[in-house]
Amino acid sequence: MDLAFFLIQLLNGLQYGLLLFLVSSGLTLVFGIMGIINLAHGSFYMVGAYLAWSLASMTGNLATAILLAIPLTVVLGMALERLLFRHLYSRDHLYQVLLTYGLILVFEELRSLIWGDDVHGVAVPALLNASIPLTENLSYPVYRLAISGVCLLLALALYFLIQKTRLGMMIRAGASNRDMVQSLGIDIKLIYTLVFALGVALAAFAGMINAPLSSVTPNMGSHVLIICFVVVVIGGIGSVKGAMAASLMIGLAETFGQVLVPEVAGMIVYVLMAIVLVWRPEGLFGRK
Amino acid sequence: MNNVRFSRSLPYAVIGLLAMFPMLDSTFYTQLLSKVLIMAIFAMSLDLLVGYTGLVSFGHAAYFGLAGYVLALLAAKFEAVSLWWSLPAAIGICVAFALATGMLVLRTRGIYFIMVTLAFAQMLFFVFHDTKLGGGSDGIYIYTKPTMNLGDTVLVNLEKLDQFYWLVLFCTAGTYFLLRRILGSSFGRALMGIKVNEHRMRALGFPVFRYQLASFALAGGLGGLAGYLAAVQFGFVNPEILSWHQSGAVLMMVILGGMGTLHGAVIGAFAFVLLQEVLSNQAWFGIAAKHWQLAMGILIMLVALYLPQGLAGLMNKFQRKPPPEAEEGADV
Repeated sequence: MDLAFFLIQLLNGLQYGLLLFLVSSGLTLVFGIMGIINLAHGSFYMVGAYLAWSLASMTGNLATAILLAIPLTVVLGMALERLLFRHLYSRDHLYQVLLTYGLILVFEELRSLIWGDDVHGVAVPALLNASIPLTENLSYPVYRLAISGVCLLLALALYFLIQKTRLGMMIRAGASNRDMVQSLGIDIKLIYTLVFALGVALAAFAGMINAPLSSVTPNMGSHVLIICFVVVVIGGIGSVKGAMAASLMIGLAETFGQVLVPEVAGMIVYVLMAIVLVWRPEGLFGRK
Repeated sequence: MNNVRFSRSLPYAVIGLLAMFPMLDSTFYTQLLSKVLIMAIFAMSLDLLVGYTGLVSFGHAAYFGLAGYVLALLAAKFEAVSLWWSLPAAIGICVAFALATGMLVLRTRGIYFIMVTLAFAQMLFFVFHDTKLGGGSDGIYIYTKPTMNLGDTVLVNLEKLDQFYWLVLFCTAGTYFLLRRILGSSFGRALMGIKVNEHRMRALGFPVFRYQLASFALAGGLGGLAGYLAAVQFGFVNPEILSWHQSGAVLMMVILGGMGTLHGAVIGAFAFVLLQEVLSNQAWFGIAAKHWQLAMGILIMLVALYLPQGLAGLMNKFQRKPPPEAEEGADV
């Protein structure tokens, strides 16, 4: 493996890892703050990709499509929290699993009714449709770099939101003691709605920006969901920092695994998870 | 009391009635009922974990699928494999897999446990999906069904639907009585104690981890029994049988029936499989039958929101009995 090839795989791994972070950060926030296990989180990723595809083919421009789709996903997130998830906060995890499992089936069938069962592709935006030559016959697409950049910016913004703003303080307080926050006069229900909508929008956004790289297919949500579960388990539930570390780890492990040992690449992430479970059952950044 | 005698003898009456079913001579319904009974074994095995030990596993399809693959790999192409050793081998491998993964997953609790059981099942899915071991995503056909021979006489030939049906019924009844026996023993009482309060049981000196592991392995083995029978019935295996949709479906059966009651798991399996058949019936629902999962999904959500005790809980409500959880709590 020469240097340029190694560099390409490294960039691919980082880009995939950063994309995983967008999906899993929402998942881990919802776990950590509301104590909800959400199997339907992968469906939001799928909805994002399909929205990007259908709006891009209507408007002819991916950027416009994404700008139009984001408010839609925020509204979807708020509506789901208000109508369904709100009733599950005090319930056993078992019922959360069941309800969100049912939700997956509903999303898949609605997707099939609205958008059909075909595989679609989305064109890379013309502005970013170029590649940087590395050697004579190897080059790196600009679009992948752009995605990595956007993901990094969003990760920084998320960090700033949670650690440095007043809203972030309320979110963190709500995670550790819901009743206390409420008696201090903070509308915890509104905060839950916002956090949930944020998670939905992040997952959907990941689906939108990744649509030109991977084709838009039915069931695309379930693979992402399981990988994100592994990310959350490795990183530690509720830890955004942990989600970042684990996402990058898994992104690199899977990318290099597929190049070096393609037969067992699918299993590498689970072996990683098993090792972490033996070593630190609460996850890398989890609280005991 | 009359009521007690009635509910004691009810399982025997149901088994007796079911045993006579093949006399109706309807291939379609005998096959459907076989499927229901196999799912009943599967649901009971999961109920042992979810309803009695308090461990919510979302990867139970792993054992179901693993046993099916063991049979498919053991079955030679032209000669029938012996039921004598292929069934114990399939169950044994499932128990071994449950012990190995159980050691890891039982280090976690709550949400973690759900996700990790799912992830291990998914790992197995990729083993069979990505490698050539089990024919990849296409799966493998089981050309000849197992037989049970004694010397040169064929005792049981599973090619014959009636014999297969009776074997399935025998296994379902066996699982029911075995689990009832186990749950009535001091081991079973200890499991229920662990479900209610793990720390107290540990303080009382019970080796909680070993009890949970034993329950996990037993559930894995019985899940394997169901998977073996299912593979015999359908004559082929593919990675879908250990996908997480299967794990979700069996969890739904347990809850729909009413978890923590063995007969609830059986009722749940009946209700779920029949519902699936009805909703996907094209003669009744036309084009809507293609999207039957939409109705199923909505139904699952309604059960999760409004029927936490399942159908068995609903029946208790009509009989004005306290829910089973309250009874358990009083015992411990």
